[in-house]
Amino acid sequence: MAKFILKRILYMLVVLFCVITLTFFLVHSIPGDPITSMVQDLPIETRDLYLQKYGFDQPLIVQYVKFIQQLLTGDLGQSLRYPGRQVVDIVANYAPVSGIIGGIALAIGFAVGILLGIIAALNRNRWPDRLVMVLALLGTTIPTFVFAAVLQYVFTVTVPLFPTTGWGTWGHLVLPVACMCVGPLASYARYMRSSVLDITNQDFILTAEAKGVSSFRIVSRHIFRNSFLPCITMICTSIAGIFSGSFIIESIFAIPGLGKYFISAINDRDYSVVLGLNIIFTGTYILSILVCDILLAIIDPRIRIAEEN
Amino acid sequence: MNENAVNSIQEQALDPKDFQIQGADTASAELFARKPVTYWRDAWRRFFENKLAVVALCLLIVITLCTIFVPIFSSHSISAHDLLNRKQWPSAQHWFGTDDLGRDLFVRVWAGGRVSIIIGVLGAAIVAVVGCIYGGIAAYFGGKVDMLMMRIVEILSSVPNLLVVIMMSVVLESSSIPTLLFAMTVTGWCPIARLVRSQMLQISRSEYVMAARLMGVSPLKIVVRHMIPNTFSVIIVAVTFRIPGLIFGEAFLSNVGLGVQPPNTSWGALSSAAQSSLLYYPYMMFFPALLIALTMLSFTLMGDGLRDALDPKLRR
Amino acid sequence: MDSLLTVKNLNVSFNTYAGEVKAVRGVSFDLGVKEALAMVGESGCGKTVTSKAVMRLLSRSGGIIKEGSRIEFMGQDILGLSTRELNRIRGSKMSMIFQDSMTSLNPTMTIGNQIMENIFTHEKTTRQKARERAIELLKLVEIPNPETRLKNYPHQLSGGMRQRVMIAIALALNPSLLIADEPTTALDVTIQAQLMDLLRSLKERFSMSVILVTHDLGVVADFADKVQVMYAGTIVERGTVDEIFDSPRHPYTWALLSSIPGRAQESKSKLYSLQGTPPDLLLPLQQCPFAPRCQYCMPICKKAIPKENFLTDTHGVACWLQHPMAPKVTPPAGIGGYDHE
Repeated sequence: MAKFILKRILYMLVVLFCVITLTFFLVHSIPGDPITSMVQDLPIETRDLYLQKYGFDQPLIVQYVKFIQQLLTGDLGQSLRYPGRQVVDIVANYAPVSGIIGGIALAIGFAVGILLGIIAALNRNRWPDRLVMVLALLGTTIPTFVFAAVLQYVFTVTVPLFPTTGWGTWGHLVLPVACMCVGPLASYARYMRSSVLDITNQDFILTAEAKGVSSFRIVSRHIFRNSFLPCITMICTSIAGIFSGSFIIESIFAIPGLGKYFISAINDRDYSVVLGLNIIFTGTYILSILVCDILLAIIDPRIRIAEEN
Repeated sequence: MNENAVNSIQEQALDPKDFQIQGADTASAELFARKPVTYWRDAWRRFFENKLAVVALCLLIVITLCTIFVPIFSSHSISAHDLLNRKQWPSAQHWFGTDDLGRDLFVRVWAGGRVSIIIGVLGAAIVAVVGCIYGGIAAYFGGKVDMLMMRIVEILSSVPNLLVVIMMSVVLESSSIPTLLFAMTVTGWCPIARLVRSQMLQISRSEYVMAARLMGVSPLKIVVRHMIPNTFSVIIVAVTFRIPGLIFGEAFLSNVGLGVQPPNTSWGALSSAAQSSLLYYPYMMFFPALLIALTMLSFTLMGDGLRDALDPKLRR
Repeated sequence: MDSLLTVKNLNVSFNTYAGEVKAVRGVSFDLGVKEALAMVGESGCGKTVTSKAVMRLLSRSGGIIKEGSRIEFMGQDILGLSTRELNRIRGSKMSMIFQDSMTSLNPTMTIGNQIMENIFTHEKTTRQKARERAIELLKLVEIPNPETRLKNYPHQLSGGMRQRVMIAIALALNPSLLIADEPTTALDVTIQAQLMDLLRSLKERFSMSVILVTHDLGVVADFADKVQVMYAGTIVERGTVDEIFDSPRHPYTWALLSSIPGRAQESKSKLYSLQGTPPDLLLPLQQCPFAPRCQYCMPICKKAIPKENFLTDTHGVACWLQHPMAPKVTPPAGIGGYDHE
């Protein structure tokens, strides 16, 4: 097991390195230098001074080595637009906000989605199933920004129950969390339903029935565990989405989170911040996939045994 | 079994001619069996029995036709400003109202739909073609080539898709439709490539392909007769499900200001433009948002229908 | 012999998009205490459905047991029981083993837990005692190192081993009736023989009645007391093992017997294979279901369904050849010790 985890971690590091390299060269392949693309009418001397200051006058490969060196010391670079602002500080300041909203939304979406999926599957083709499936379908097909706009409109114009923008109180959490959990909730419900139906048709459920095991215990002991396994993969990919998937929600609800900052960095053409944040997002994504792999290996005996051999 | 009927026959005086042995009649045995149904005909029937999927298909056809013909035949222009008629609510003159520059939203919504649908459908086609070729090559050569190619896919897909799209459109510094398509498909083909590869490998290891090989069927014929038909259905379904994702991706990019630029427009750009004045002019948001949702819903329903129709496991 | 199980006029249907498939059509039979009954027939003949109906295991696959069917087990009306009452009998008084042991065991549960689950469902006992019982059961089905095997997952065992585990689960509470649905079909021949030997000795040891569902008449001869041959959802011939093997009367039974490799070799003839396919069970039957494939088919066979005719108390045949007006027919060479009257 330890060997398996070590192997996965090593592999993850390799992937991360490749992604960082790719992103670095991608960002630096943008035509023109970053300073001119930001501010056009800069005197040549000032521009050269800036280029020198950020090391943009050096060959790309030197810049790359320097970047990697900095990265290894935990330095993600600093903002071009707001000199002195470190990307690491940005992450430290804004990530918790995104984390809280995304975490709560994911937890609610996951718990409710799985529950609804099971309810739907066990009532297959009866009204609870139909209701859940219609809601889930709407949830997956209505874009989040449409949903956010509807909520904002309703809660501003008709029932001003919760604040529609800003950050600070518990009330501020309600609408963004509601918006953000709809998508995952709907897809978990759909996925869990088909997974449960799949397991329900398996032969070993018949064996359990032939043993005289009650329907409740068949669901709790045999169906749930087996149909839950494939959903773990999904959770892990959406954990990564906590930080990266909330771009629009944070912009619409004016929440000072990482997503909103990322979008404004893009609009500012603040490339070093974009690069730094991109590494953070990808890093969390790869990390959560790693955690998921390990978790799955612990829970599912088939994977565990295959890995050990 | 109806025992009374049998008894009555047995008790009647039976004709001795009825007791002359004729032997097996396999021709009638074949008649007796159900007519065989081919896979594609069966899939076709299943799809059209699924009312939701058919409604979705019709809706998509109507939406597509509108995006093609409304901008051509409408008396209003897509980009002509009319400062006297700014921010008008929907009326007989302007069915979907006008925007803050007095442009007719009915025309703009349908013209914007062109971008969304082109990106959705064309993007899915690109993803499918690239994915099939890549996955097919990996599966065909196997061994080291396969391993290397799949590692590349793994690395590419370890960056969240939305991030890639954002990065690409930032880097490409242009917002034309080809650029958007490129940004959205540059890693979008990875899942399809994986799917094609695993499906191909599974089929090539199956007993019926082995049997065909033993009988000396040529590799090309095996690919044409077995590999393609059996992979095709899976790819169609996967690709259909990607279309809503692409449409959403375009809407998302336009929403954060990286999508199509004025005077050109798309549903995402229209709804993001409407965001700021949402509280006073909700109709500006309503129509493009409704159409995005309807289109994504229709593609999803159609995908569901196709999956149910094409999944051989569900066949009886 | 006391009757343990009585099935009367069992009708089972499946609703499919193409219509109602009548998988079992008016099947009746008796099973005595300690008796072994073999249900034989090709796939789709209704033998598995019949055996699942006895345990009422059809609801998940959509099978409907029709009104007027009756199943009585140890004096209880099985079809009238509530789910709770039924669960008390399933797994303890009667249990079942299935064809494919790979899919019939829960892949994420150790085999020990799967055996103990049966014990806990029916008895209040400590975990320690249940564990001891599970080890005992694994020894009984001849699995080496039962203590360590207990912690294994199904995919760590071979096919034969898994089927032994299935037997252990089924026998955990000394059932009076064991239904074995093609228990050896998925295994290779040497393991098949071992497993049948094991089943035979366990049958004696536990004094159980057994219903063996199989398409292989070869394994039947040494195992069963009674045989019933099924075709298109009906019983076409039934009798004691001796009656079926020594003086079979139905052309379908003849066909089955001539397709057993060993027997055909004795007579040095070519191995027989029956042409054609069984009828579509969607259609209502108005003739002998076997008529289209029968070498001895007569016009009457296509006009009416033959009634079951009992030659002895135990030997019944549903075939127009048994009618007094029918010509006398000798079975193909090598079949039975058929005396030419």
